Amino acid sequence: MNALPASQTFPVTNAIGDAVRQLFPASAPAINTLLAIASLLALVAFLPVLLIWLERKVAAHFQARLGPMRVGWHGLLQSAADGLKLVFKEVLKPEGADSFVFFLAPILPASATFLIMAVLPFDHHLQVADPPAGIIYVIGISGLSVLGILLAGWASNNKYSLLGAMRSGAQMISYEISLALLMLLVVMVSGSASLREIVLSQQGTILDWWIFKLPGLGLIAFAMYLVTSTAELNRGPFDIAEAESELTGGFATEYSGISFAMFFFAEFVNMFVAAGLATTFFLGGFLAPRIGLAFFDAVVDFVPGFVWFFAKAFLVVFIYMWFRWSFPRLRVDQLMYLEWKLLLPANLVLLTLTAFFVIRGWIL
Amino acid sequence: MMETQEKISPPGFRTGSRSDASTEEYYLNMGPQHPSTHGVLRCVLKLDGESVVEVVPHLGYIHRGIEKVAENQTYLQLIHLSDRLDYLSSFSNNLCVCLAIEEAMQIGVPERGEYIRVMLCELQRIQSHLLWWGVFGMDLGAVTAFLYGFKEREQITDIFEELCGARLTMNFFRPGGSWADVPDSFLPRVRQVISRMKGALAECHTLLTNNVIFRERTQGIGVLPAATALSHGCTGAVLRGSGVAYDVRRHDPYSIYDRFAFEIPTGARGDCFDRYLMKMEEMRQSLAILEQAAATFPGGPHRAKERAAYKLPPGSYYSQVESARGLFGVTLIADGGPKPYRVKFRSPSFSNLSVVNAIAAGHQIADLVTILASLDFVVPDLDR
Repeated sequence: MNALPASQTFPVTNAIGDAVRQLFPASAPAINTLLAIASLLALVAFLPVLLIWLERKVAAHFQARLGPMRVGWHGLLQSAADGLKLVFKEVLKPEGADSFVFFLAPILPASATFLIMAVLPFDHHLQVADPPAGIIYVIGISGLSVLGILLAGWASNNKYSLLGAMRSGAQMISYEISLALLMLLVVMVSGSASLREIVLSQQGTILDWWIFKLPGLGLIAFAMYLVTSTAELNRGPFDIAEAESELTGGFATEYSGISFAMFFFAEFVNMFVAAGLATTFFLGGFLAPRIGLAFFDAVVDFVPGFVWFFAKAFLVVFIYMWFRWSFPRLRVDQLMYLEWKLLLPANLVLLTLTAFFVIRGWIL
Repeated sequence: MMETQEKISPPGFRTGSRSDASTEEYYLNMGPQHPSTHGVLRCVLKLDGESVVEVVPHLGYIHRGIEKVAENQTYLQLIHLSDRLDYLSSFSNNLCVCLAIEEAMQIGVPERGEYIRVMLCELQRIQSHLLWWGVFGMDLGAVTAFLYGFKEREQITDIFEELCGARLTMNFFRPGGSWADVPDSFLPRVRQVISRMKGALAECHTLLTNNVIFRERTQGIGVLPAATALSHGCTGAVLRGSGVAYDVRRHDPYSIYDRFAFEIPTGARGDCFDRYLMKMEEMRQSLAILEQAAATFPGGPHRAKERAAYKLPPGSYYSQVESARGLFGVTLIADGGPKPYRVKFRSPSFSNLSVVNAIAAGHQIADLVTILASLDFVVPDLDR
């Protein structure tokens, strides 16, 4: 394969990117990269604030109450105020904790989310980088957040933290297998491991999205992805690593101030990333939900792709929140049972069936 | 690296160290500040990985010497102290003290007064169970249950607030009745609660009881054999969950409980799920009692004529009631003066908690939380 042209290595070919290329042809790749990283930073900083507010509002309305109402319109600025408070709080380190590892740990999950955000195709030409093996990259990077949690638990010099970290390590490593197999399934049917190519392979109507295109199997795969990624995200009902009522704060027990905020922010951006990946794999990513009627399709095509991407991702985020505020927590051994005895065999069967479908050309 | 220092184990543990050294047992301090020890109970756990080898509960973090304080109060003044034991069944506790005083001084209670007592106690049983239901859900990780429990509980708490101004520590009953009559809005509001609670209970069952994760977490966990329950003095839902149909309201009827028809639910296995179901069923039975009482609620005075002084003749007086948590008993030892010589409260929480090590050993930390929640203790009731 020949070297990719600049427009493809840096697929930010929107109006701003084109303008930069015309004005500074020589230094355009550097400027465009910087712009992309800056906008990504802004997104990573803004998303948790929005998501935390959303989570609190969704939880509140599930629980017949209002949630934050005081700071800003319907408490919109509440999480910004909370974040500001956390920044100014003293960062405490427990006695006997390993300083270097203790302060390194919160950075890892945060950077992992940042790195995965870089390959999410927000729109057709709105993606910081599109490596041909994007999925392998995603699987590799997501391991970083496990590392952060494990290190946090170990360095805290606290038994609750250690228990939480060990639980989390076992959980995330187990569920990563299922997640990887589901991604493999998508790679198999779409014939590409690049995230943008996967989205483009779903062009057409709603029925061409992988959730519907694989007869029956797509829906099952999507449901399994939701369960697996919820576990991977350490969110309820699989939040055994934090398990407030058992381990007080789990791996984050000893963290305070900004280092706690890093974990907290990473958790919420991670949720968006998982939802974004679900959108990319199963819900047609930035593609508009066409249904085959000329008038309707014209209307949905008029809406820009990134709006569709965010709408779909937030729908999945809502499902994650729905899970969390409805179900009791599983026990550690039940969680392992679910993965190794139920999800993994089911995943392998699903993969085999899909392979059979692909070979026979039964994909709709 | 060589471990030169001899490991000192915390006090109270009965199991010795194991001979095989494949894994190392360690100790974990759970509480007094812990989200699921419901206050300031402290448990020291001996753990093997995630498995609980032994639990040693430590009490005393909220000991206020209430029994001693009661010795320095007159009989009327010490009624309010019983509010501060099990603050979720303060009506039952008040009633228990009043029953002992009434027995000693031969005070009768008018019909309306008896009805008020029964209805308030049953309302509070539902209120207490709703709070427990919410907390049980929260301990299992279902935070939404907590708010739903509190939402329904609020209806009943509002009735109490209108009645006596207090929402938690009522101090309402007096020897011979209660210090105030119920307001006119009492009966309509009780009827409203009855009709509302039926739907709410169905909602509770949908949210928790029928949830597969909830069942997995509670069924077969913390099995309490009936013999152990009896030998540890467990009462209330903990005892009934193990299959022993004992209820003070039926077997030693006080007030006018013998006039109402209600069932005593019993469990089959004695696990956390059975104890849970007992409480859920008790709420239904309390509603049945309330319905019957509301249908025949009489008029007339709410309190017998007040005495100039409440001085108990010398002797020992005991009374017991079925509070929301089990058998609550009061012993008053009187020397003829205006103050008791000795007061002893028998609290259900203390006896119910005593089985925790017997049923939690071998389970996991998460199960210990479930077991603690299913025993439904109130920490100020443990310590007194």
